[in-house]
Amino acid sequence: MPQAVVEVSGLVKRYGERNVVDGVDLTIEPGECFGLLGPNGAGKTTTLRMLLGLTPPSGGQIRVLGHPIPAEARIMRTRVGVVPQFDNLDPDFTVRENLATYGSYFGLRGRELERRIEQLLEFAQLADRGDAPIQTLSGGMKRRLTLARALINRPELLVLDEPTTGLDPQARQHIWERLRRLLGDGRSLILTTHYMEEAERLCDRIAIIDHGRVQACDSPRGLIRTHIEPHVVELHGAVDPTWLAGAQSASGVRLERVGETVFLYGFEREPLLALADAAGTEYLYRPANLEDVFLKLTGRELRD
Amino acid sequence: MSEHTEILSATAAAAGERWRPSLRFLAVWRRHFLVWRKLLWSAIIGNFGEPLFYLLALGYGLGRFVGELEGLPYLVFLASGTVCSSAMMAAAFEATFSAYTRLDYQQTWMAMLTAPLAVEDVVLGEVVWAATKASFAAVPILLVAALLGLTAGWGALWVVPLVLLTALCFAALAMCVTVVARSYDYFTYLITLLLTPMMLLSGVFFPLSELPAALQGVVWLLPLAHAVALIRPLMTGGELGHVLLHLAVLAGYTVVAFGLAVRLARRRLMS
Repeated sequence: MPQAVVEVSGLVKRYGERNVVDGVDLTIEPGECFGLLGPNGAGKTTTLRMLLGLTPPSGGQIRVLGHPIPAEARIMRTRVGVVPQFDNLDPDFTVRENLATYGSYFGLRGRELERRIEQLLEFAQLADRGDAPIQTLSGGMKRRLTLARALINRPELLVLDEPTTGLDPQARQHIWERLRRLLGDGRSLILTTHYMEEAERLCDRIAIIDHGRVQACDSPRGLIRTHIEPHVVELHGAVDPTWLAGAQSASGVRLERVGETVFLYGFEREPLLALADAAGTEYLYRPANLEDVFLKLTGRELRD
Repeated sequence: MSEHTEILSATAAAAGERWRPSLRFLAVWRRHFLVWRKLLWSAIIGNFGEPLFYLLALGYGLGRFVGELEGLPYLVFLASGTVCSSAMMAAAFEATFSAYTRLDYQQTWMAMLTAPLAVEDVVLGEVVWAATKASFAAVPILLVAALLGLTAGWGALWVVPLVLLTALCFAALAMCVTVVARSYDYFTYLITLLLTPMMLLSGVFFPLSELPAALQGVVWLLPLAHAVALIRPLMTGGELGHVLLHLAVLAGYTVVAFGLAVRLARRRLMS
């Protein structure tokens, strides 16, 4: 069996009295796209920083591509690409100069680096923008350039912290298509995201993290199958209180309220729809999705 | 339980990456050099033009009233002082305002740290770069002084490595402030409260011996006076004294400040 890309056991990060990461175990296999999902402050970014050797763990063991971390973090990073949460492209350089300079941090130079840059400009669909200053790029182009930059060293593992946050749907599709291509090339990916749809489409497996712990870890379908009722009805607008009282005690139905919206979850479709029909307001029927699982496992209260 | 986690965190810290000196910092240096080359003219006017204007205006204008200091025409006296103070100021400005922009606002440091560079490489690259840029400012002043006939022979070439050492020293000192700064205001304190008084009192504009004895003692604890004590005789053909002591003070400040800057940078970036 090939060596795991990431092996983490008992990972802890403590700030003061608080364990931001509180006993995380993860194994990521080669060629896998692995998603870390969690509310703000759940410990996702801290976990990634520990994997990259950018902050030492307070406890636990980390191996990335076989290297013990943080002891061999710098050597490990020669084989890994990183797409940070916030763009940190060099504003004083053009597109091509950004790639060349970042390549120089890996000790890359000469014809080989030039050839690699041309390939990456092609890959990021920036071939005609090679000499453009960074300020003239759109948000989507900057993100594509950051992704291209992370590939300069032909990494075996790509770590992406919220790769599509703030992008419009077109730009996001673009990034997804490129990430799929990278997976097709046999690279491994770890990504964090707040977009359930992104995780559902891209990830082979997902760990839902909250309070510094892995709450659940499985394929997107597996998570939906084991953690949530398959049928969902959403009722929008004011509902009749008598109906609500009845619905709350109806057997085989789980009810959740968020402001004006009522969610009904059930294992059988027909009784759920019959109940919804009786409410007398507009409703939407849909199969359960990852967001339902996420909210069930991490709660509905706001995290700031 | 808490004892157990204490042990764990101790082992984890012990397993931290060891840094060995390497040439990786040159990639950091090169990045800054390439940006500097793009913005060449503003950099030259700011770093070289300004001290040169001061030198000429004060040297010719004020020099007429001052006459001679320590047996030197005032312009000659001031030229050697200006080389030192411009090395200090240019290094400090680059290692504070510019380095902080890269550390905080542009997140250039973070980009470097996600590549296979360590905090030590990044800080060393910054310090050596700031010293290089300061030398680009101070060495042309030496050149202009030589062209104006204000230097005494080829011995003045020894000034070049001393300018680099002086600039390294102040770049490393300034870096200690940069890595703890939370805004650009921190550098105003550094410059107004420490560097400007040091420049005014360390023998750049008038001889140190004019100061009260107690104040002289304080000034000799700071590095700039030692740079002046080496560079002025080399430029003007005067007699050098206590060379090893002056070199040791400059080198000592540089090494200690660099070590401290790295520790503080690790605390800021890697906690």
